[in-house]
Amino acid sequence: MPPFVYIFLGALAVVSALGVIIQRNPVHSLLALIGTLMTVAILFIAEDAVVVGFLQIIVYAGAIMILFLFVIWLLNLQTEVGPTGHLLLKFFGSIAAALFVTELFFILAPPHMQVKFTREPTGYGSLASLAGKLFTDYLVAFEVTSVLLLAAVVGSVALARKLPGTNDPLEVRNTAP
Amino acid sequence: MIPLNYMMSLSAMIFGIGVAGVIIRRNILVMFMSIELMLNAVNLAFIAIGSRLGSMDGQVIVFFVMTVAAAESAVGLGIIISTFRNRETVHADDLTLMRW
Repeated sequence: MPPFVYIFLGALAVVSALGVIIQRNPVHSLLALIGTLMTVAILFIAEDAVVVGFLQIIVYAGAIMILFLFVIWLLNLQTEVGPTGHLLLKFFGSIAAALFVTELFFILAPPHMQVKFTREPTGYGSLASLAGKLFTDYLVAFEVTSVLLLAAVVGSVALARKLPGTNDPLEVRNTAP
Repeated sequence: MIPLNYMMSLSAMIFGIGVAGVIIRRNILVMFMSIELMLNAVNLAFIAIGSRLGSMDGQVIVFFVMTVAAAESAVGLGIIISTFRNRETVHADDLTLMRW
C-alpha cells in the first residue's frame, strides 16, 4: 500500500474521531465513531492483520455500535438538550488533552526510535496462525474470556431489568402518545 | 511499510481525542464512545508493533481487547439504562449522589 493511502486513512480516522467528540447529537457521534472504527480496521488489514481487521468490522462496527444505537433510541436521546458542559472545563480539558498527546508523541514516536524489523513468517495474520496462538499459548486467557462474557451477559441483564414496584420513566415515555 | 513513527503518532492522536472526549463531553453515552476510541487507539499500536516484530502476540492481545470491550460495553450500557430508569438523565453533571 503506498504511503499516501496511509496518510489519507490516518487523516480520515483523526477527523472522524474529532467528529465523535464535537457533534452534539449522539447518533451523529456514533456514526463518526463507526467511521473511525472502519478506517482503523482498514489500517489493521493493511498491517497484515486481516482476521483482526475483519473481526473489528464485524464485532465492533457491527455489533457493539448497534448496541449503542439501540440504547440511544431506547432512551430517546437523538436531540441533546441543555448545556453540554462548562466552557472553562472545555477549554482546560482541551489544553490538558493536547498536552497529553504531545507527551505521548515523545514517548511513543521519538524520532530516534529503533525497532528491530523482523520478516513476517509465512501465514502471518492468517486465521490459522491466530487460532494456533489462541489455543496454545493463550488457552487459559481464552477460556477465562468465555467466563467473562457469560458474567457480562448475566450482569447486564440484571442491571438493566425493571425493578418491580418502581415507576419507570422508560415505560412512561415509550407508551406516551 | 510505513514507518512505525507514523502509526504510533496516529495512535497517540486518536487516544488523545478519546481523552479529550471523556473530559469535555458530559453526555455519558458520548463519554463511553470516547472510551471505545481510546481502546481502538491502543489496538492500533498493538497491531503496528506486532506486524513489525513479526509476532502474532499483538493480534491475540487485540482479539482479547475486543472481547473485553464487548463485555464492557454491554455492562456499561446496562448501567446507563438503569441510571436512566432511576434518575431520568444521562448527563454526568446531574449524577451528584456521591459528590461530597
